[in-house]
Amino acid sequence: MADARRKLDIAAEAGPVGGALAHDSAAKHVAGEAVYIDDIAAPDGLLHAYLGLSTVAHGRLLSLDLAAVRAAPGVVGVLTAADVPGVNDISSTHRQDEPLFATDRILFHGQPLFAVVAGTREQARHAATLAKAEYAEEAPLIDIAAARAAGGALVTDPLKLERGDIAAALAASPRRLKGSMAIGGQEHFYLESQVALAVPGEDEDMQVFVSTQHPSEVQHMVGAVLGAGSHAVTVEVRRMGGGFGGKETQANLFACVAALAARKLKRPVKLRPDRDDDMAITGKRHDFVCDYEVGFDEDGSIHAVDALYAARCGWNADLSGPVTDRALFHMDNCYFYPAVRARSEPLFTNTCSNTAFRGFGGPQGMVGAERFIEEVAFATGLDPLEVRKRNLYGGNSSTEGLGRDLTPYYQQVEDNIAGHVISELERRCDYQARRAAIREANAKSPVIKRGIALTPVKFGISFTATWFNQAGALVHVYKDGTVALNHGGTEMGQGLYIKVAQVVAQAFGLGLDAVKITATTTGKVPNTSATAASSGSDLNGMAALDACETIKRRLTEFAAKHWQERPEDIAFLPGRVRVGAREIAFRELIQAAYMARIQLSATGFYTTPKIHWDRKAGRGHPFYYFAYGAAAAEVAIDTLTGEYKVERVDILHDCGQSLNPAIDRGQIEGGFVQGMGWLTTEELVWDRKGRLWTRAPSTYKIPVASDRPRIFNVHLLENAPNREPTIHRSKAVGEPPLMLAISVLHALSDAVASVGDYRVCPRLDAPATPERVLDAVERVRAEAAS
Amino acid sequence: MRKTLRFLIGNEPVEIEGCDPTLTVLDWLRLERRMTGSKEGCAEGDCGACTVVVGRLDHGRLRYEAINACIRFLPTLDGCQLLTVEHLKGGDGSLHPVQQAMVECHGSQCGFCTPGFVMSLLALRLNEAEPSIARIEDALAGNLCRCTGYEPIIAAGRRMDAISPREADPFLKQCETTAAKLATLQDGKTLALEGQGRRFYAPATVSALAELIAAHPQAALVAGATDVGLWVTKGMKQLDPVVYLGRIEGLRGVSDEGDHLRFGAMATLVDVRNALADLSPQLDELMRRFGGEQVRNAGTIGGNIANGSPIGDLPPALIALKATLVLAKSADGGEIERRTLPLESFFLDYRKQDRRPGEFVEAVSVPKLPSDALFNVSKVSKRFDEDISAVCGAFRLRRDANGFITETRLAYGGMAGIPKRAKAAEAALIGRPWDEEAVAAAIAALPQDFTPLDDMRASARYRLTVAGNLLRRFLIETTEQPARTRVAGLLAEAAHG
Ligand SMILES: Cc1cc2nc3c(=O)[nH]c(=O)nc-3n(C[C@H](O)[C@H](O)[C@H](O)COP(=O)(O)OP(=O)(O)OC[C@H]3O[C@@H](n4cnc5c(N)ncnc54)[C@H](O)[C@@H]3O)c2cc1C
Ligand code: FES
Ligand code: FES
Repeated sequence: MADARRKLDIAAEAGPVGGALAHDSAAKHVAGEAVYIDDIAAPDGLLHAYLGLSTVAHGRLLSLDLAAVRAAPGVVGVLTAADVPGVNDISSTHRQDEPLFATDRILFHGQPLFAVVAGTREQARHAATLAKAEYAEEAPLIDIAAARAAGGALVTDPLKLERGDIAAALAASPRRLKGSMAIGGQEHFYLESQVALAVPGEDEDMQVFVSTQHPSEVQHMVGAVLGAGSHAVTVEVRRMGGGFGGKETQANLFACVAALAARKLKRPVKLRPDRDDDMAITGKRHDFVCDYEVGFDEDGSIHAVDALYAARCGWNADLSGPVTDRALFHMDNCYFYPAVRARSEPLFTNTCSNTAFRGFGGPQGMVGAERFIEEVAFATGLDPLEVRKRNLYGGNSSTEGLGRDLTPYYQQVEDNIAGHVISELERRCDYQARRAAIREANAKSPVIKRGIALTPVKFGISFTATWFNQAGALVHVYKDGTVALNHGGTEMGQGLYIKVAQVVAQAFGLGLDAVKITATTTGKVPNTSATAASSGSDLNGMAALDACETIKRRLTEFAAKHWQERPEDIAFLPGRVRVGAREIAFRELIQAAYMARIQLSATGFYTTPKIHWDRKAGRGHPFYYFAYGAAAAEVAIDTLTGEYKVERVDILHDCGQSLNPAIDRGQIEGGFVQGMGWLTTEELVWDRKGRLWTRAPSTYKIPVASDRPRIFNVHLLENAPNREPTIHRSKAVGEPPLMLAISVLHALSDAVASVGDYRVCPRLDAPATPERVLDAVERVRAEAAS
Repeated sequence: MRKTLRFLIGNEPVEIEGCDPTLTVLDWLRLERRMTGSKEGCAEGDCGACTVVVGRLDHGRLRYEAINACIRFLPTLDGCQLLTVEHLKGGDGSLHPVQQAMVECHGSQCGFCTPGFVMSLLALRLNEAEPSIARIEDALAGNLCRCTGYEPIIAAGRRMDAISPREADPFLKQCETTAAKLATLQDGKTLALEGQGRRFYAPATVSALAELIAAHPQAALVAGATDVGLWVTKGMKQLDPVVYLGRIEGLRGVSDEGDHLRFGAMATLVDVRNALADLSPQLDELMRRFGGEQVRNAGTIGGNIANGSPIGDLPPALIALKATLVLAKSADGGEIERRTLPLESFFLDYRKQDRRPGEFVEAVSVPKLPSDALFNVSKVSKRFDEDISAVCGAFRLRRDANGFITETRLAYGGMAGIPKRAKAAEAALIGRPWDEEAVAAAIAALPQDFTPLDDMRASARYRLTVAGNLLRRFLIETTEQPARTRVAGLLAEAAHG
């Protein structure tokens, strides 16, 4: 006991912020002791629900015979839309376009029709297959081409960004070209599939344990579906087994069905879909088709870009509006377009409703930007890297009185370090020499061709829905000097909890073991935003710090009075508190403060400054700041089969002043590999009936260990504090690194280009599966020969 | 007959009477034992979150294997030791070196995949000293992580033996005691269980097996269950009765018979790899890429043939190698009746094989390659490791003294409803010198042999193009010495030098 106490007193002198500390749950993860929703000890009387799904993609539900379901062994109840006491809708945008259970219109293959509740999950799952549904089937709109052909119905309002006279600028450009690029979607493949456990209480109370990034939204949805106020619903999540955006809105369905069943049957109910069903039901990263026209000159300078980004949004709006908006916000990446028009086309399709996924449309926008660059490079015969550099924001020349720092949405790029990051990485990875060597080696290697590419990233940080940029926290200091920390952010592996705990420990001068991280719950911090948009530690770190500062202010006042010192002479030092000439243990101060009836608990709150956005006008300052990075990838392709290997990757990434370099490195490496999967082997395929064909890990291939580059040099940009006063001058790191993987797509393209002596632009679409690479090889060969 | 299932969980003996024959090890652990460390990520053997380590006696020696608990049926653990992530910490609560290495290297983020990785690394450590990076990657190919990008996990694999030497590992130190305990559980009797109104049999001898199959011609035969497991977890099939082949030592062996290798039907894919690697490095690489380590540990050569899959990886290679199949069944008077047939004639049509009632695959015989035979195998898949073939091609060719092709076999998977030889392309090669013209002639003939399908793995067009290009690769690899012909894997590394 004495030992434990001493440990609390001896905090590292440097303080925990900035330390490469292990994830707070690491020791529990490796021992199998970290508790996920499905691991929670079963409450007495637990039942299991399972969803019954539509087996057609489009049409009318004529009848639904559930007699056999009801009669199946173990079944205790069946739920349909008729059993919903509140509203039969869970649309996160309040468009009333997402029924919990379908009643009439069937809009995608896998749409929930009903739920069955049984004694065991196996019984419920089996019973769910026994339903007899009759449909009047209609032809489904499966992809972008089909949606457009049928009139191009949209799920939400499109966005247009326009600056300058695009038609005139294109007409005046010395050269121009047009093209189109397909950019594939992506399944989240969080290792823990969706899961919710609802426990009914007295009155209308409902406690829901659910794997979600957005507890407040689940709380609201469950309340609405049950016809109860939000105050009756408590939503809690200690950790997720991965989220990546896939649990921002997609957990609502599972939570609401579990809660509905729990209410009706007055018993705890758990709902966990099988992996294949999860993949069939839940939304994914949007796939896009980007049609573009670029005006440029012989020097590789871009004069104008006109781009239309069409997205397969699926059967309802969900987050497709902000996702397609963010695609447009990143269609510039690091580049200045003197004249620009960007439009989104969020298309309705009869497929699962696409949703948030790490980068939230930004990656697709950026993939387009890098394609524009590549086109210009091939048209002018320049190294794509040279074209990138010539078109960076800032730079020397100014075009027609416009600053070269104005984005298509009229935000000025004030913190531009892209040029520095690129040239620094170029030097460190020896890009030029390696590029030359690869070209030489390719000439002598008939079958295997290598390629290299260096691409930058500039990613805007903040929710574009300005009101989401707020966060709350709750900090308690107990009489023994230990601290309990709670905030609205959720932990999905990204290390948010440890980062915020570092901030809090540092604020009080304590060691990390004095800070207990507690599960996120709507009962402690209300009205939170989703943990998304990379904003977790920016927002919650600040909110928690605010709470700490409140408590410290009270303590300082108290100490000054108690020990008869001036407030300026009270300081919270690592492991102790200085009170005038004396130093006392934090615990001592707390005990004294308690006895003097000082409140030792506080809430904290934070809103991001500076940001505003007028969507109608397409103007504003939607991002607080930008995060930067660059990656150089080297690959080898097999020109007989299209198989490839990423052989080496060098990364330089901007985390500002990192709160935790170990966690940030993990985000960079993990984000990169996830992005690489998106652009290479992860292919979503629907059959002609609109059934997702790649709905299991046997057919949907995320990277495995041997896919990661064997040479993987990852560096955090040194001495680069955030220019904005963010939490300890750090930068958000959740999403930006994913886009570093665009370098892989371009390295593959470079390798393909070798078969046409680098004269023909490979126009390699994503995902660049071996089949697409081989197609491109054959096309480039044919074009070069003709 | 014995009516009690017996195995060790950790060091603790378990006896179970009455058991659902297809209850998975994972469900038993999580739901019945409330041991929730092992996770379900997919319930189909692909993600590795459920990885556990099974110790079993292999001809008297204790052997530790990582397997997928999600598709393994509990009763198949009879006579084995089951280790889960819960068994790793020391009595004093200290982390096992594998766990410690994972923490030190920041090997977990969300942590959901982590118990599976820990168990795969444990199995690696128990089996091999100082594994190379390539070996660690292989051992982890059956474990998906969506968060870390794998780098820190590989680092943990490199680090674990430095934290504490392998020899000091508690599981290795207890090896003999454990083996002795397991030996007492081997009784040579057929295990017969019943649960949920369904029956499970695990005979210990070939003759007992033959009799059981004769008595229950509709029985589901279970070998490694890497296919059958999915019938249950995905297809929700209620199998009855289940006959498990894994306790029969006579079916497990691999032997060198001079001019050929003989594989018992229950030889695991790991054992098959080790033996085939001696015939050709290309076979070594083919088998390295077969599933993940957990699937290779459980899956068997017999299962890979008997399932009749058009995309199985062994059949094309074995057909090219002129393998023959031994089918056995019970005959009058307790005798066993056997028949032998060339492997290619076993595959009749899509999912239809020449297996008569009561028959089971007993063994596969694989002739060694003559020294003058050229041999080549390629597997092409969307993802390089742990994926199912889009196309698999295995080729063998011999020439006369003048260099003219006298004999050839071009066997393909993924091109038709069964693993199949390209007879027209073969005919196009005969009598020609082995050169580009010959390859062009064979490629021109391929459309006569195959009209492949479009599916989520590849288009028909790609399959046909690649099927031809693999013949080009065969030519280049057997006649020229280009810098490199493979992008990844063992063969690429060998070429790198
Ligand atoms: C994640 C994963 C990855 C995979 N990757 C690959 C891959 O890369 N390449 C590939 O080819 N396959 C792959 N497979 C498929 C499968 O692993 C193999 O086909 C394996 O060889 C099957 O063997 P098994 O012993 O597990 O068969 P089981 O599942 O036990 O049985 C398969 C079938 O064969 C029958 N059977 C088994 N043994 C006998 C016998 N002796 N006599 C008669 N019938 C018998 C069974 O009744 C059943 O019909 C993969 C599977 C999974 C789950
Ligand atoms: S749960 Fe995925 S392999 Fe077992
Ligand atoms: S740590 Fe999240 S899946 Fe591996």
